[in-house]
Amino acid sequence: MTNTDNVLEVKDLTMHYMTRKGPVYAVDGVNFHVGRGEAIGLVGESGCGKTSIAISLLKLLPDNARIHKGEIRLNGIDVVPLTNKEMNKHRWKVISMVFQAAMNSMNPVYTIEEQILEAMRQHTPHLTEKEMNEKVDFLFDLVGLDPAFKDQYPHQYSGGMRQRAVIAMALSCDPDIIIADEPTTALDVIVQDQLLKQIREIQEQLDMAMIYISHDIAVIAEVSQRVGVMYAGKLVEMASSEAIFHQPIHPYTMGLMSSFPSIVGEKNELVIIPGEPPDLLSPPPGCRFHPRCPYASEICHEQEPEFKTHDGNHLAACWHPGGER
Amino acid sequence: MTQHNNNTLVDVKYLSKLYPVGQGVFRRADTFVHAVSKLNLQIKRGESVGLVGESGCGKTTTGKLLTRLIEPTEGSIEMHTDEGLVDIAHLRGKEMKTFRRRVQMIFQDPYESMNPRLTVYDTVAEPLDVQGIGTIPEREANVTDLLETVGLTPASSFLFRYPHELSGGQRQRVAIARALIINPDFVVADEPTSMLDVSVRTGVMNLMQNLADRFGVTYLYITHDLAVARYMCDRIAVMYLGKIIEICATEELLHYPKHPYTKALISAVPVPDPTYTRESIKIKGGISKPINPEPRCRFFDRCPMATKVCESNDHPPLEDKGSEHYVACHLV
Repeated sequence: MTNTDNVLEVKDLTMHYMTRKGPVYAVDGVNFHVGRGEAIGLVGESGCGKTSIAISLLKLLPDNARIHKGEIRLNGIDVVPLTNKEMNKHRWKVISMVFQAAMNSMNPVYTIEEQILEAMRQHTPHLTEKEMNEKVDFLFDLVGLDPAFKDQYPHQYSGGMRQRAVIAMALSCDPDIIIADEPTTALDVIVQDQLLKQIREIQEQLDMAMIYISHDIAVIAEVSQRVGVMYAGKLVEMASSEAIFHQPIHPYTMGLMSSFPSIVGEKNELVIIPGEPPDLLSPPPGCRFHPRCPYASEICHEQEPEFKTHDGNHLAACWHPGGER
Repeated sequence: MTQHNNNTLVDVKYLSKLYPVGQGVFRRADTFVHAVSKLNLQIKRGESVGLVGESGCGKTTTGKLLTRLIEPTEGSIEMHTDEGLVDIAHLRGKEMKTFRRRVQMIFQDPYESMNPRLTVYDTVAEPLDVQGIGTIPEREANVTDLLETVGLTPASSFLFRYPHELSGGQRQRVAIARALIINPDFVVADEPTSMLDVSVRTGVMNLMQNLADRFGVTYLYITHDLAVARYMCDRIAVMYLGKIIEICATEELLHYPKHPYTKALISAVPVPDPTYTRESIKIKGGISKPINPEPRCRFFDRCPMATKVCESNDHPPLEDKGSEHYVACHLV
């Protein structure tokens, strides 16, 4: 059954990279959905599979990566079996992406305007040149850039402007969902703040779905309605933003929240999560977090917990949710 | 900032570093980037001072000047040592080598700051070797001890590993051990945790604080992250285009900032709480480069409160506005 209210449904998505030492399951049995106009945050540490999910959704996989099993339904259509050419019909128009390194996702020898027009000519050929030009002006306005700068080259832009231009480009073919992979991570805090505000406004104004990926839970708190927490290739907890930040039930999320410093409120002692994330070549058996978990019991060593509902829309994969025994 | 007491370890006076831009082959440079500009800063023995600001504000240059990895254009850096007051701004040769024993640096990127061909033992023991401290068995014992102290236990399993066999957190612990092996008085830590993941970062932050207490190390902690600075530093100095524009005790700065730039900076830090609404302070434009800056307040172009006074007068000096809260602003 597919729910037409959802732009995106991901079911049991598993993808791996082939390495010389064997397959690395960077994303392992991940399930989630994104409703129309909904803003989802995906948070986790480096190597937890956040970006691997993003490139799987767009099927922009490197040569050594395969989607092993699972479904990715965009507007109800499973895109996993599609060829690259067929997938091209969905990219930009249904799903598009903003990468972290804006400079690398732009061609240095074309003007910003030219690059946005190129995407539109490919994917929305029914528009006339005049309409496309108007659209470029509209997009520049939308992301807070002065259209006077549109015939400049990427190197003439500052870091923040480039990131805005890349967002304009991702929005150029009116996608239903946009994936933003750490778009503000390389920016200074004041510029980041301006861009986050802009992203929130755009998302609300266009009523567009968004997956915002970041390692920074404070940034995730700013932009997401629902948040998914990833650990070692697994989605371990997913709930509304308030629930994740105020009543997390997975011990990893609980640790993450209390190890993150904040400049407001009481200066609480920061909690240390012992150990380090596992090597995905040989992940620990049972629950992948058990070697670092203060609540781990025998069952955690042996059996993998199911990702299931604990309280309405609060999902988690844990044998001892909330730390109870 | 002229207050002095016996506790001062480092006293920086009118320190400047200018980099020439647009220099031709036969032409002398006439334009300079004022990376650090007439900076004054006192660091007391045993305290941890945070240096925060956006990229390009001169934080790292200041750190490199204080460790004398680069030579200042003008100004002095006075260090109070056992042998009395030493101006380290223009040291050479043997004196420089003695100075290196007192001051060490921890770098941001543990993947780049270590020689990939040296084992952990060689990396950590290298300062001892360079300074000619101890015999080889003593060095071995020393290194083993310190590795255990920084949380690399058992040390024997780490001694002969290469950097590529370590995780980011472990590498940063090795970098900390390398900095502390010769018992320095003063350590400049340049974004030591910004490359680390949250769950690993807290451990390294706690370690640095414990070691500071134990070995009596004084830190200059350079960071762009005010939340990290809150946990690591006794005092915070905010830098803007080569100048310190505000410096005071950490909680005082975070709760009662006085300079308009500090206010904007603090209001822009995202808070890990979806129900919290931040105050919105708008400042204009982005950070520029301090190339031959005009003789007026450096923040003038972006300041929401700027008046004629700010334009017609030179950059204001740091002044004590009560209880050692120093601010450089005409309007405060």
